Amino acid sequence: MAAPTVFSDSYVVAKRNIIKIKRVPDLLVFTTLSPIMFVLLFAYVFGGAIAVPGGADPDAYREFLMAGIFAQTVIFGATITGAGLAEDVKKGIIDRFRSLPMAPSAVLTGRTISDVANNVLVLIVMSLTGLLVGWAIHSSPAEAALGYLLLLIFAYAVSWIMAWLGMLVPSVEVFNNATFIVIFPLTFVANTFVPLETLPAPLQTFAEWNPVSAVTQASRELFGNIPDGVPTPDAWPLQNPVLYTLIWSAIFIIVFVPLANYQYRRSTSR
Amino acid sequence: MADAITATGLVKRYKTVTALDGVDLAVPTGSVLGLLGPNGAGKTTIVRILTTLLQPDEGSATVAGVDVLAKPRDVRRRIGLSGQYAAVDEYLTGFENLDMIGRLYHLGVKRSRERARELLASFRLEDAADRPSKTYSGGMRRRLDLAGALVADPPIIFLDEPTTGLDPRGRTEMWEVIQNLVAGGTTLLLTTQYLEEADLLADDIVVIDHGKIIAQGTADQLKMQVGGERLELTVRDPATLHAARDLLEPLGVGKAGLDEGRRTLLMPITGGAQVLTEALRVLDDAGIGIDDVGLRRPTLDDVFLSLTGHASEEDTPPPDAPVTTPPHPGRHAATDESPTGGA
Repeated sequence: MAAPTVFSDSYVVAKRNIIKIKRVPDLLVFTTLSPIMFVLLFAYVFGGAIAVPGGADPDAYREFLMAGIFAQTVIFGATITGAGLAEDVKKGIIDRFRSLPMAPSAVLTGRTISDVANNVLVLIVMSLTGLLVGWAIHSSPAEAALGYLLLLIFAYAVSWIMAWLGMLVPSVEVFNNATFIVIFPLTFVANTFVPLETLPAPLQTFAEWNPVSAVTQASRELFGNIPDGVPTPDAWPLQNPVLYTLIWSAIFIIVFVPLANYQYRRSTSR
Repeated sequence: MADAITATGLVKRYKTVTALDGVDLAVPTGSVLGLLGPNGAGKTTIVRILTTLLQPDEGSATVAGVDVLAKPRDVRRRIGLSGQYAAVDEYLTGFENLDMIGRLYHLGVKRSRERARELLASFRLEDAADRPSKTYSGGMRRRLDLAGALVADPPIIFLDEPTTGLDPRGRTEMWEVIQNLVAGGTTLLLTTQYLEEADLLADDIVVIDHGKIIAQGTADQLKMQVGGERLELTVRDPATLHAARDLLEPLGVGKAGLDEGRRTLLMPITGGAQVLTEALRVLDDAGIGIDDVGLRRPTLDDVFLSLTGHASEEDTPPPDAPVTTPPHPGRHAATDESPTGGA
C-alpha cells in the first residue's frame, strides 16, 4: 500500500510542477538566458584570452567551454527545487499537502523529478546554443547520451541539497542569495571555464577535487571535446571523472534525502 | 453524541512566547465550533495541531476518535483544511487544483475528475474552472480553497479564518456556502476574528486570547455575560459629554461608559424605545446637540472587549459591567459596530 502511493503521489506532484513550467515560461527563459549570456561572453569576450590545450584556435575554446557551461547550468537548474519549495512553504501549499493523506516523501520526490524535466529542457536549449557558436559532439551517440545522463544525475543529486535548503530558509530571496554565494565560486573554481593549470597551487588542488570539475571533465570526455594529444590530468578525480561524479552524487543523495525529508516534516511549524 | 474533536491541555511554546497555554476543547459531532480571538491569540496554532501540521509540546487531541499525535495519517483521511494558509496553487486552474487534491486523497483518476467538476459547479466556479486560479477574485479563490477541503467529503472540516481579507460581498457569499455545508451535518471548527461571523455560523463559541480560553458558550450565553440592551449616543460638542452622562444616567440601569475620543456614551438600559425618546427629550431641553443615537444589543464585540479588557485587572467582569473605550483599538478595527439592534 505504502510504496505504490509514493509513486503515484510523486507523479501527481511532479505533474503539478510541470504544468507550472508550462504556465510560467518566464522561469525557463530566465534559467536559460543567463547561461546563454555566459556562452556568448566566454566564447567571444574572454575566450580569446584563454589558452586551452589543443591550440590557439578560438573554436578550440568553444569546444572546451560548453561542458563547463552544461555543468554550471544544470547546477543552477537544480536550485529551482529549493526556490520552488521555499515558495510553496510561503504560499501555504506545503501546508495543504501536509494535511492530505498522501505519502509525505512524495512532495520532495515529485519536486526533484519535475526539476529533472526542467533541466532536460535547459540542456536542449544550451546544446543548441553550443552548436550555434561552433561546439559539436565528436563522440558516439551512446557516449553523448551518457554525458547528458551524467549531468542530469549529478543535478538530481544536487537538487536534494537544494530541497533541504529550501525547506530550511525563511524565504525565496534568502534561498537565492545563499545558493548564489556558494554555487558561483564552486562552479568557477573548477575546470569549467579555464584550464586548471592556470590556477595558483592551492586553488588548483581544490579545483581538482571539486566535483564540478569532475562533471565537466566527464562531459568533455563523453562529448569528445578533448583534442587528441592532450595529456591526462594527474589528479585521481579527473582521471576517473565519471566514477568520481557518481560517488559525489551518491553522497548527496544518501545525506540529503533524509535531511530534506526530516526538514519537510518539521517545516512550516512556525 | 460522541465528540468529533477533543483536545486536552494543549501547550505550544516557541522560543520566547507561549502560543498555547493549556487549551481544552470538545466539539460534538455535527456541530460548529467558532474559535474567536484577535491575531496572535493562538487560533491558527490550535488548527495546525488538530490537522497534524504541528506537534504540541504538551497535551493530546483526537479527531474523529483518532489520536492526532499517534496516527496523523489516519486523521488526514478524515479531515479537510482550508483557510489562511492552506492554499490553492495559483498557476493551476481551478479544475487542476481540485483534481490534484482528489488524487492525493487517493480517490482515483476518474473519481477525482468527477468530484472536481461537481465541486466547481456547486461553488459557482464552473465558468472559471479552466482558468489559472491566479485570475480569480479573492472570493473565488477562497471558495476554491474551501472546495479543496471538501474534495474527499470528509466528516470534519477546519476553516482557518475563511473570510479574512474578503470584501463584504465575498464574505456574505462565503457564509452562505458554509451554512449549506453545515446543514449537511459536517462537523466544523472555524476560526475567526469577526464576531458577527462566529455569531452567525457557530453553535458554540470559544473565545481565546494569549493562548488561553477566556470564555465559552453559545452566542447568547456570552452576550448575557455582558448584559442587555444599550443606548449609544454621540454628542456633537465633546465638552457636553459629561453633562449628557449626568442627565442620562438616571434613565439607565447602570453606569454609562464614555469614549471621549469618539464623543460617545454607551449605557445599559431596559425599556428600549421609550428610554430613547426620553433621552432625546432630556438632551434637547438641556440644549445638548447630538450627531448620532441608537439602541444597541450587545454584540460579540462587546463580549470580547469586556472579557479581554477586564481580564488583566479582575477575575471575572461583573455581568453588567459597562463597555468602555476599547482597550485594544487595533484588535477590533475590522468589525463594524452597528448601532441598531436588528442586524
